[in-house]
Amino acid sequence: MKDRAEVVIIGAGINGCALAYELAKRGKDVVVLEKHYICYGATGRCGAGIRQQWATKENALLAKKSVEIFERLSEELGYDIGLRQGGYLIAIHDEEEMRQAKKNVEMQRSIGLPVKIISPDEIKEIAPILDPEGMEAIAATFCPTDGHANPFKTTYAYARAAKKLGAKIYKFTEVKDIKVKDGKVEEVVTNRGKIKTKYVVNAAGAWSKEIAKMVGINMPNKPVRKEALVTEPIERLFDCMVISFKHGIYFSQQEEGQILGGIPSPEEKIGYYTEPTFSFLKHMAYMLGKYAPPLKHINILRQWTGFYDVTPDALPILGETNIEGFIQCNGFSGHGFMIAPMVAKLLAQLICQEKLDMPIDRLSMERFKGKITKEKAVVG
Amino acid sequence: MKIVCRCEDITEEDIIKAIEEYGCSTLAELKQLLRLGMGHCQGRTCLILAAKILARKTGKSLEEIMPSFRPPIIPVEIGLIGEKKDER
Ligand SMILES: Cc1cc2nc3c(=O)[nH]c(=O)nc-3n(C[C@H](O)[C@H](O)[C@H](O)COP(=O)(O)OP(=O)(O)OC[C@H]3O[C@@H](n4cnc5c(N)ncnc54)[C@H](O)[C@@H]3O)c2cc1C
Ligand code: FES
Repeated sequence: MKDRAEVVIIGAGINGCALAYELAKRGKDVVVLEKHYICYGATGRCGAGIRQQWATKENALLAKKSVEIFERLSEELGYDIGLRQGGYLIAIHDEEEMRQAKKNVEMQRSIGLPVKIISPDEIKEIAPILDPEGMEAIAATFCPTDGHANPFKTTYAYARAAKKLGAKIYKFTEVKDIKVKDGKVEEVVTNRGKIKTKYVVNAAGAWSKEIAKMVGINMPNKPVRKEALVTEPIERLFDCMVISFKHGIYFSQQEEGQILGGIPSPEEKIGYYTEPTFSFLKHMAYMLGKYAPPLKHINILRQWTGFYDVTPDALPILGETNIEGFIQCNGFSGHGFMIAPMVAKLLAQLICQEKLDMPIDRLSMERFKGKITKEKAVVG
Repeated sequence: MKIVCRCEDITEEDIIKAIEEYGCSTLAELKQLLRLGMGHCQGRTCLILAAKILARKTGKSLEEIMPSFRPPIIPVEIGLIGEKKDER
């Protein structure tokens, strides 16, 4: 293992690997340290949906700019990331949700997203297997350029391209401590040796809070457990991701034909355990049957658990801190896959002291000192 | 050509390539990259075969490599699990 690097990134999820690529592309000497293996964290357990329909402009812009990158990513990285743009269909259940949806759509359209509000009949046109009555939907919003990519392929593609440009990714290497001197990061201590560095990027997902503690920073993030399931593959029935903020459900049909989705478990326990629960399985199956009755006849193959790294306002924590060289790249809550391409670009620009494509000061930890505006368009 | 995973159509060559070219050293990584063991039988036939290839190529012991399992153990119908008593 190297004993020196300009930038050390902690965590080889989608964010760590994308950033490693953006930095290596700019000629930086970069090392990624990963406790387990690539995609061990939330990235390897996620729905990998790509949604631009957000309530806050920050999230909507990060997602929109990321979609622009996703659209040319297979070509740029020389590896097919499995991008499919079948749109996101978001159920609207009552008048209050309708008011919020109208507000969201107005903002989303103002930044150039082709979102519209559709009727129950139009819901059935877009995805004939859906039952608007069972969904309890009075309408929906739909954005055709939203979609999905394969999270493993995308992350491996970034990792592979980063390595080709000289980045080093060390698996099974756990960060144990970070040494700070005179308010600056100096050295990262791992189970396999030490690395001297100028920059440390905290991209450790649900474990970011523990990493930040090593330099004396206390973060407000909470790990929240989330379960998901996947069915056997079937012929293509629909192209869009279906979600509901009220029911917390999301599901879509993947590239190979399987249905993948999740919903909060009715008997959710707080804590850091990964055992799958029967209550989740039962509730998800029941709701899937209500949303899309034909799905009742297909088989579930497996279920699993992952963790959201949730911040008080459901916006990520990005950028510099009061420890010089310690950069945050976490707090992605339920949507760290879809915004990773833009986040990586912005943080690479920050570290290389280039002009940023969009300002990120509002996403630093400083915001929690004042009044926060919470992202309302969250699912699960 | 030797088929290792019948459900997902993965050969021994695919696995060796993933180990040699992409640095995979665990079953979890092979699952992610190749969909090994993610088919209808949930890896009941292929995971142990793949584990043996991994052991041979990486020098690790079989115990170190053994897989984790994600329920349900057998495929189960959505309508059966999701049924509520009052709606029968
Ligand atoms: C069930 C589920 C569904 C989701 N659906 C979506 C979706 O549809 N769309 C979307 O955009 N997002 C979704 N998300 C959220 C998304 O998965 C995450 O926000 C995103 O993957 C975070 O990526 P990351 O690279 O920041 O972190 P992670 O992928 O969690 O990676 C962090 C890495 O850090 C490593 N690490 C931790 N501690 C240490 C240490 N001390 N030393 C070295 N390494 C360490 C971990 O092993 C891990 O590999 C979902 C999440 C879950 C759980
Ligand atoms: S043989 Fe590999 S999943 Fe069935």
